[in-house]
Amino acid sequence: MGIDNIFFDEMYDEAGQPRSSFASYGQWLAQQEPAKLLKKTQEAEDLFRKTGITFAVYGKEEAEERLIPFDIVPRIISAQEWARVSRGIEQRVRAMNAFLHDIYHRQEIVRAGKLPEHMVSSNSAFLDRMIGFTPPGGVYSHIVGVDLVRTGPNDFFALEDNARTPSGVSYMLENRETMMRMFPELFTHMKVREVSDYPKRLRRSLSACAPPACKGDPVIAVLTPGIYNSAYFEHSFLADQMGAELVEGHDLRIVDGRVAMRTTQGYQAIDVLYRRLDDDYLDPLSFRPDSMLGVPGIMDVYMAGGITIANAPGTGIVDDKAIYSYVPDIVRFYTGEEPLLQNVPTWRCSEPDSLKYVLDNLAELVVKEVHGSGGYGMLVGPAASKRELADFAAKLKRSPGKYIAQPTLALSTVPILTRKGLSPRHVDLRPFVLVSPERIDITPGGLTRVALKKGSLVVNSSQGGGTKDSWVLEG
Amino acid sequence: MATLGKTAGALFWMFRYLERSENLARLVEAGLRMSLTRGETAVQEWRSVLATVDMRDAFEATEQAYDPLHVVNFLLRGRTHGGSVLSMLEAARDNARRARTAITREVWEATNECFINIRSALARPLREADLPQVLGMIRQHSALVRGALHGTMLRNDIYNFARLGTFVERADNTARIIDVKYYLLLPSLSHVGSTLDTSQWDMLLRSLSAQRSYRWLNPNETKPIDIARFLIFDGRFPRSVLFCALKISENLKWLAFDYAEEKPVHAYAAKMADDLQKLTIEQIFESGLHEFLQTFMRSIAAIANLIEKDYRFIE
Repeated sequence: MGIDNIFFDEMYDEAGQPRSSFASYGQWLAQQEPAKLLKKTQEAEDLFRKTGITFAVYGKEEAEERLIPFDIVPRIISAQEWARVSRGIEQRVRAMNAFLHDIYHRQEIVRAGKLPEHMVSSNSAFLDRMIGFTPPGGVYSHIVGVDLVRTGPNDFFALEDNARTPSGVSYMLENRETMMRMFPELFTHMKVREVSDYPKRLRRSLSACAPPACKGDPVIAVLTPGIYNSAYFEHSFLADQMGAELVEGHDLRIVDGRVAMRTTQGYQAIDVLYRRLDDDYLDPLSFRPDSMLGVPGIMDVYMAGGITIANAPGTGIVDDKAIYSYVPDIVRFYTGEEPLLQNVPTWRCSEPDSLKYVLDNLAELVVKEVHGSGGYGMLVGPAASKRELADFAAKLKRSPGKYIAQPTLALSTVPILTRKGLSPRHVDLRPFVLVSPERIDITPGGLTRVALKKGSLVVNSSQGGGTKDSWVLEG
Repeated sequence: MATLGKTAGALFWMFRYLERSENLARLVEAGLRMSLTRGETAVQEWRSVLATVDMRDAFEATEQAYDPLHVVNFLLRGRTHGGSVLSMLEAARDNARRARTAITREVWEATNECFINIRSALARPLREADLPQVLGMIRQHSALVRGALHGTMLRNDIYNFARLGTFVERADNTARIIDVKYYLLLPSLSHVGSTLDTSQWDMLLRSLSAQRSYRWLNPNETKPIDIARFLIFDGRFPRSVLFCALKISENLKWLAFDYAEEKPVHAYAAKMADDLQKLTIEQIFESGLHEFLQTFMRSIAAIANLIEKDYRFIE
């Protein structure tokens, strides 16, 4: 097949031959009937609907239920590639946790002049309540998702850090389940590293961070905003698979200095709370007073060592896209090593020189909101009309501090199955990282998101993105 | 692991809604048969079906005629009220979602598919020709959920909350159905020697899926008192009043065993089952069948309230 060779395709090389990681898969694929493969796509969708991996879109008269589209061509990563990438992730995540500890204590990095003071103090994700407090086990970000993109054989970039409440891990797990159900023969021929023990590892990792008040086996609960939340499937899935309770704010109250859940036999204390709720909603007494989703007083219990909150409140500061541009310095400062994982060059529009550069080159750049997420409010220069560029330039001039800009990366592609056969589409990768006092545990692979629209670089599911199963081969 | 009060409540209601929707489908099926075989009394029959589920006013508010298709569509797919099969299956599935961590994947998938498939079968107004298939499908899906529950769930507190939901609902539904037709069952002098309208009794038995069992046990003659005795006291029939009362008592006992603690609901339910077993059908007729059924339904409601309170479904 012909490949547009501006972009690095992970499956096919320039001559149109499968690369070594895709070699056996390519052989298998060549023997398949196209019509049967297309049918498998429908089969996958039916499986997802049956499992209930749907999210409801409310606001209409009849709740509509959608699926995130799934593509049946796996994304395959070789053992060597993965070894290199995972070393980079581990280093980055280690540095991030050290950074979080530092900014809530002595702020050495600011004293050393590596990070301007206002980046911390004027950051809305920085929580004064966390100053001087060390979470149980010293872990701030228990679960991290590092979004990676690739532009060439050895060129992986960290595009974004998700240290607050990274989502998508249930898709990683269900994608694999679905693939194993539909193509068992592939898994007998190829040695693909297991991901299904993620919930068990998550449980172990969270248990290792139990608070001082915990006696015996830690009681773990997942805190969800409720069944109408778009990620509810993931919340219930993780709780179920970990053997943890799935709680909402109204199931919880403070009893004898502990956060306790209302069970059929009375209140029972929780040791570790894996919350899938933003900081703002966590404790109406400390943060948003109108929050109905959180637990009044939980921050006091936390400070007194009565509970572990994962991830710790105030970790969102490393998700910040302005802080992102400092991550290479952060890595150097805390590890004394050069970053193994590259950062995408980033212009902070708050700086006049950078702003000038960004305005002059807007049509070639991607501009993002510093606090934005989900692909909303961003500008993809090469894809924008003159009008959109002009409008965005005006916004930039009005509040430059709200934006950063990056070059448009030539994101790698992996083929998807279309009615007309395979066709390359841009992808990214979100590996999931578990942090405990003993170790940093990276699940092989992660969630591959794919831009289903031809030529599109935006992979977010809210913007028409889909997912693929991601395979890391055994070495 | 502990069970959250909210989760126990969601399970209880999940199975109440499933039971209720299944019973409603059965009632509709019986009504349809009645209007097919006895056209002239159809309106009266549909009125009594609506009365049984307490939806006569809601239906009349739609200002539709008592045409079988209107009533059937209203009861199966109406969205203006929470009482249709479709609304109840959605409520059941919402509760299954809430209790997702307490049920097996099989139970969840059966419940989810039940809703998805029936919703699509009910997407458009039903025509007469669609009815047998749709009603059959509702029955089949209920059976699939039940099968998944029996085949895959641990027999622990969670299972008992699910079963309590089923039998509390069934007890109420059975009593309600008999109550609407109680005048048929009263031994009346005027009936002696006259040709009785046995199709009405058929309808009653069919509404409870009891016609086959009853005929099997009473192949010869149909006497009102026998029907009443069967529906209230026959412990072999899984929808009888006594069967449900004993099951409620039994499931509560298992809960007390699991938790090593009896709650106020235990004494209440045990007394209800005891009292019931001491009664005879003759005594009931003497003091009034309607009064008996009303009292029974009040006791069932009281048990539901006690369960909710004793096991902290809500605060």
